[in-house]
Amino acid sequence: MNPVPDIFRILPEVILALTGVLIMLIDATLPSHRSRRWLGWVAAFGAMAALWGSLVQLSMPEGTGFSGTVETSAFTIFFHVLICAIVLVTILLSLDTLPENSHHQGEFYALIVFGAVGMCLLTGAVELLVVFIALEISSIATYVLAGYRKQTGRGPEAAIKYFLLGSFATAFLLYGIALIFGATGTTQIYEISRLAPIAENHSFILAGLGLMLVGILFKVSAAPFHVWTPDVYEGAPSPVVALMSTAPKAAAFALLLRVVYEMLPTLRPVWEPLLWVVAVLSMTVGNLAALRQQNVKRMLAYSSIAHAGYLLAAFAGLGNDGIAAASFYIAAYAAMNVGIFAVITLASGYDEKLPLIDDFRGLVYRSPLLGSLLIFFLASLVGIPFTGGFFGKLTSFSAAVGGGAIWLVIIGLLNSGLAAAYYLRLAFVASQRPGDERLAAPAPQVGFAVGAALLFAVAATLVLGIKPDYVVLPAAEAGAHTLQAPPAETSAPGVAALPPPQR
Amino acid sequence: MTAIDQSILTLILLLPLAGAALVLLVPDRLRLPNWVALLTALATFGLTLHLPVHFAAAQGGFQFEVNRMWIEGPKIFYHVGIDGLSLWLVVLTGLLAPVGVVASWNAIQERRKLFFALFLAQQTAMFGVFISLDLILYYGFWELSLVPMAILIAMYGRKDGPKAALKFFLFTFIPSAPLLVAILWLYARTGSFDYTTLQVLIAHGNFPAYQMFWVALAFLFAFAVKVPVFPLHGWVADTFSEAPVALAMVVAGKLGLYSMLRFHIGLFPAEARDVAPVMVGLAVIGILYGACLALVQRDFWRLMAFAALSHLSLITLGIYGLTLTGWEGAVYQILNHGVVDGALFLLLGVLYDRYRTSEIGDYGGLAAKLPRTATFFVFASLAMIGLPALGGFVGEFLILLGTFTEVSKGWAITATLGAILGAAYMLWLVQRLFFGPESRLALSKPPEDLRAGQMAVLWPLAALMLVMGVAPMVWLPTIEQGARRPPLKIQYEPALVAPTSIPAEGQR
Repeated sequence: MNPVPDIFRILPEVILALTGVLIMLIDATLPSHRSRRWLGWVAAFGAMAALWGSLVQLSMPEGTGFSGTVETSAFTIFFHVLICAIVLVTILLSLDTLPENSHHQGEFYALIVFGAVGMCLLTGAVELLVVFIALEISSIATYVLAGYRKQTGRGPEAAIKYFLLGSFATAFLLYGIALIFGATGTTQIYEISRLAPIAENHSFILAGLGLMLVGILFKVSAAPFHVWTPDVYEGAPSPVVALMSTAPKAAAFALLLRVVYEMLPTLRPVWEPLLWVVAVLSMTVGNLAALRQQNVKRMLAYSSIAHAGYLLAAFAGLGNDGIAAASFYIAAYAAMNVGIFAVITLASGYDEKLPLIDDFRGLVYRSPLLGSLLIFFLASLVGIPFTGGFFGKLTSFSAAVGGGAIWLVIIGLLNSGLAAAYYLRLAFVASQRPGDERLAAPAPQVGFAVGAALLFAVAATLVLGIKPDYVVLPAAEAGAHTLQAPPAETSAPGVAALPPPQR
Repeated sequence: MTAIDQSILTLILLLPLAGAALVLLVPDRLRLPNWVALLTALATFGLTLHLPVHFAAAQGGFQFEVNRMWIEGPKIFYHVGIDGLSLWLVVLTGLLAPVGVVASWNAIQERRKLFFALFLAQQTAMFGVFISLDLILYYGFWELSLVPMAILIAMYGRKDGPKAALKFFLFTFIPSAPLLVAILWLYARTGSFDYTTLQVLIAHGNFPAYQMFWVALAFLFAFAVKVPVFPLHGWVADTFSEAPVALAMVVAGKLGLYSMLRFHIGLFPAEARDVAPVMVGLAVIGILYGACLALVQRDFWRLMAFAALSHLSLITLGIYGLTLTGWEGAVYQILNHGVVDGALFLLLGVLYDRYRTSEIGDYGGLAAKLPRTATFFVFASLAMIGLPALGGFVGEFLILLGTFTEVSKGWAITATLGAILGAAYMLWLVQRLFFGPESRLALSKPPEDLRAGQMAVLWPLAALMLVMGVAPMVWLPTIEQGARRPPLKIQYEPALVAPTSIPAEGQR
């Protein structure tokens, strides 16, 4: 069997990068008065092509490319598909909601696509330096996107906060990588997993793990590294929040799975209690703070912190179970979170005329479609059965119970009861009959592109809840295939920097 | 088994959902949503009637069973089936759906499509609870049953809908958290969510007693809040006074009571036996406490809420007496309570829609103006307080008989006091609403009695109350088929303890 050319190992990334460059070039050469909205369709097409590219990778034998720096496996394909789908939906959402006269539409779509390159690469990288570069590519794009509403004070504030704190976090990650390199003499993840148990400088590895965890947990906005989240979400445009509350997080969680389960599985006694504490903190802090929010986006920011906590509960699961459950939860969370931000974008507009929970009063009466969708996505976030949110929690907590973390699950489920209080406050306020003057206000219109985005999100949330097998089985596959480097075994692939053609 | 027997439960489950989708599609003109909802409800009721006709009371175990793989990992099955315990509850749910539609016919004027779609979705959720035999499937419908209810309370609440909806939702949702933990724990230990499999495995599993104690308690707690059992009834009054009539008549009672029978006592007979004396005590307190509070309410929705607490506590008493007689009485009383409450809520809804107040003190002397309303109300009230020859008598009598002969004479006598108080508050309510001097309220509106549609629903309900009072043998043999399964009559006779009787069931 012919070895797979290296370039196919990063096919989706290549497609996305080309799309981004193309958009930038067109944007630069187009006369300034011409509409740039159609560039969004180019970006959407690119995202679809990248999705197709990830699926093409399914037919390749698993293995690494570029001297053992990137990998294609069920695990990476799972996350590539997920990220490309999120990006696609976000672009569709932006198409109808970005103001028509904005001069920066071209950049906007190019940045989204470039960010996606970084996120995809992050999930496929098995080399810590590539990991670092990928993380930077994705972060820098999101820093800029976060500050896209320059005319408001909150936009630049959000971008600067995110940039400063994010840079710190990346520095932590880099320092951790350096320490691990110092202890093992390599930055290749499978190599590290082989060398770590027999390394002499064990304390370096522990410190490196700790620093890397700080960096990654910042990116997934887990407590106590979450303080940036509410401010950034509040300041950033809603379609961007839809993207950055899901896709970069999915990529960062993929990295976390790699680091703990694949790179340092032997250190489970160290990282498991750490993640236990972080999970409990994230859920509790996120939910308690969300209860007191009046601003919808801040509330959802805290809710995303809480969801990071539920997700981390899956890490208490053993081996494959934990990875499969976490992967599934990420997909479920992405579907419903993109959906709810899409609804909020539509209901309150790009310039956010309705920032507060009370502003949503009577949405069901004004626009039954948007109101019902809002309630649907909120129900999924609560974890109502037959939605993705329920099954995500079920698999995550089921994995944790399997791993013996019964208290974590009890805390988690009580937390989800607490969370229901603020989600449903919004849902019930939206379904209350409004005063007549608000009833007369024009209902928001749902365009074609955004309609497609909503339909996609609803369908994904329902499928994940009613027939989760379509995702559970690939997730289980992802779990099984990422553990191909059992600890302390010399036959780990990637060492020879070759795809395994021996089959 | 014929093909129809194979698919009947699935049809019953899906038909309301299909109706809900159809309601969303039709235009909101000419009361089309109402008609679609009514026809769906009637068709579903028709389907449920297939069950008692083809149910074999002589044959044990679950019938009309379907057991298919639904989700591979974790292994969850679409396992549905009914026995004597759930059979009539399914039929009752089917019966109350058209009643609910008629009760909402004029009361709901805005956003009718959403209302009826959610109402029908609620039917699906309730059917699901009664027929599910896989714990996750069951849990799914159990939680799902909260959602349409809560949204409708928020949308159509009379004073502060969102607040009542949130209270109602959280009161049921938070206790479900330990329930889910317990289910997951069982799965981690046994590898199964299946009801019949778990019955066998738990009986033979030799799990540590203290762990099983907590697991069983988590189940019981979730159900007790939903019933409600004293002192977990905090949500009832607000929910009853805010919920649309069609939902108030189904919000309390049968889901929780059935779950106790099936999933608490059915799965954990030993633990249920240990906790039964406490439950009996709480039930008797609930009977008296609810009745006393009902006596002093000034608002008829709240009065109905505490009356429900009292009546449902009586049923709880029947269940946790763990006697065959008590169980038959309990299931029978759930049915009767459903029918009577359906009629009473329909009538109170008519009054509320006309006079826009639920203050009992504002009413008075309506009987002369609205003779039909008054007649039906008096009849349903008599059925509710357990007048012999009407439905309430049979259930109450069986429950109290079972308690008196096999549990405790003292508790039975105390509980009987509740029946007397029940007569007091219901008859006093009747007197204040319909008799006495004509109030200003009664004179304020032109007399307009029940409409044809309402009569068409009330006549069958009234006839049913009468038949349930004089011919209980239509129902009791089938109920007994279900009630015989769990470990009865063993509470105070340790020699006959369950483990030998349950496996015989499971290994069918």
